[in-house]
Amino acid sequence: MRFSFLNVARQALAGNQGWPEQWRSPEPKAAYDAIIVGAGGHGLATAYYMAKEHGLTNIAVVEKGWLGGGNTGRNTTIIRSNYLWEESQAIYEHALKLWEGLSEELNYNVMYSARGVMMLAHNAHDVQVFKRHVHANRLAGIDNEWISPEEAKAFCPILNISRTIRYPIVGAALQRRGGTARHDAVAWGYARGASGRGVDIIQNCEVTGIRRDPSGAVAGLETTRGFVATKKVGIVAAGHTSVLMGMAGVRMPLESYPLQALVSEPIKPIMPCVVMSNTIHAYMSQSDKGELVIGAGTDAYTSYSQTGGLHIATHTLDAICELFPNVRRMRMLRNWGGIVDVTPDRSPIIGKTPVPGLFVNCGWGTGGFKATPGSGHVFAHTVAKGEPHPIAAPFSLDRFRTGRLIDEAAAAAVAH
Amino acid sequence: MLLIPCPYCETSRPEIEFRHAGEAHVARPLDPETAGDKTWSEYLYFRANPKGVIAERWRHVSGCGRFFNCLRDTISDKILTTYRAGEPRPDPQAPKETGR
Repeated sequence: MRFSFLNVARQALAGNQGWPEQWRSPEPKAAYDAIIVGAGGHGLATAYYMAKEHGLTNIAVVEKGWLGGGNTGRNTTIIRSNYLWEESQAIYEHALKLWEGLSEELNYNVMYSARGVMMLAHNAHDVQVFKRHVHANRLAGIDNEWISPEEAKAFCPILNISRTIRYPIVGAALQRRGGTARHDAVAWGYARGASGRGVDIIQNCEVTGIRRDPSGAVAGLETTRGFVATKKVGIVAAGHTSVLMGMAGVRMPLESYPLQALVSEPIKPIMPCVVMSNTIHAYMSQSDKGELVIGAGTDAYTSYSQTGGLHIATHTLDAICELFPNVRRMRMLRNWGGIVDVTPDRSPIIGKTPVPGLFVNCGWGTGGFKATPGSGHVFAHTVAKGEPHPIAAPFSLDRFRTGRLIDEAAAAAVAH
Repeated sequence: MLLIPCPYCETSRPEIEFRHAGEAHVARPLDPETAGDKTWSEYLYFRANPKGVIAERWRHVSGCGRFFNCLRDTISDKILTTYRAGEPRPDPQAPKETGR
C-alpha cells in the first residue's frame, strides 16, 4: 500500500488497523540469481537498485541479525559530500543527489533534512586544509563555502566563538546541502522498496561459509538456515567484511574498530545544523526527537565488541562542553558502539574480488551512512553487470597493489 | 579502558599510558629490491583483522617507552597475555601468567 494522503485518511478512519507489513519475511529459496550479505542501508539499497534498474528480482538479502541493526542503526546520520579528491566527490555527490529525491523515490519519508554541515577550523592547518577542500569542491560544482567565526555563530547560535577558549574557532567550512536523515527509515524504506519488487529479505540468517565450485567461482552460501545456491554474492557487511571474505580465502586491507556515539535527553530545538570539529574530535546535531546526537572517535585498537572505551567518549564530551557551553549540564541517555571497517586510505572498496562471482562493498569506515544511496546504486550496477560502475571503478581492491590510493585521511582523521 | 600488563615494567597500567601500534608479526620483505607489488601491498596494507585472538603491538609511551606484543580477544577485549618484542607468539590455548 502506497503512502498517500488518501491512504493515510482511509487508515485513520479505520483505526490504522489495515496497514500491511512493510516487507515480506520469506523462507530462503534453494537458489537465487544473486545474494547480498548484510541487510543494512548499503545492502538493502544495493538490492533495491538491482531489482529496479537491472531487473534482477530473483535475489535475496541475508542478514545475521535484524534489518538495519548494525551500523545503519548506530551512526549519527550525517550527510555531506565535501570530500577532497575527484573520485570521492563523484561518489558522495552522487549519493547526495539521490538523497535529495529519496523520499519521493521510495514513497517513504526518510526525513532527509538539508540543514547544513559546518566543519570548524581551530588553527592555521585547519584553515589551509578546509580552504583547499572548499576550492576543490567548488571546482567540482559542489557547494562548500568558507565562513568567518561570526558567520558560523549566526548559522549556529549556540556555538562558543570566544577567543579565550582552549581551541578557538577561527573559521568554518559550510556545506548548506549537507544535513541529516532518519537512519532507520532509510533501511526500512529500501527494504520495503526491494521487497515490493520481489527481493527476499531473510533476517536471522548468518552466513557460515562460502561454497565454491572446482573452478574457484562462487557456488553458494552456507547459512544457519541451510545452503543457498547462487553464482553471485555481494558482501556488504561493514565491520565483519574481513570475517566473511576470509571464508573465501581473501585477505582484505581492512581493520575493524569500535566507533562510539551517544545521545542526550531530548530538549526543545536549540541546534539548527550539524557542527563538526575534526581537530578536537567532536561533532553534534539535534534529532527531530530533540536528542543531541554526538559522535565520538574510534578506539585505538581493533575490536568486534561494539563497545568503545569510556575515555574516548569523555574526550569528545570535553570538546562538546567547550564548543557548546549551554549543554554542559545535560544528561546523556545512551552510549553505544558500532564496528567500522577502516581502509588504509579511508576510502571505500567497491568492486570485484579475486574470486569469480564474489563482489565486495566495504571500507566505508567511520562515514558510510552519507553514501548509502550512491553506494547501493553503483554496487548494484557492479554486481549486476559483473563490471564496476564508472563511479565505483577507482575504488577497486586492486588500488592497494597499484598504489592509486584515494587518500581522504586528511578529511577523515577522526570519525566523520 | 584496557588494563595492560607491560612485560618490561612488569605491572598492569591503564590503556592511556600506551599507544597501539597495529598487528604484530608483520614482517617487512627481506629483499626490498626484488619484492613485487603484491608482496609490498600485503606488507603495507593487508591485515588479518581476526574476530577472535589477535597478536598486536603496543608501545608503553608513558612508561618504559618500549614496544611489546599482546594477545587479545577482539570479541571480549580480554588480554590473554603480553610478551616482549622478538619473542615468538605464545599459544593462546595455554596463556602464561598475567596480572603481574
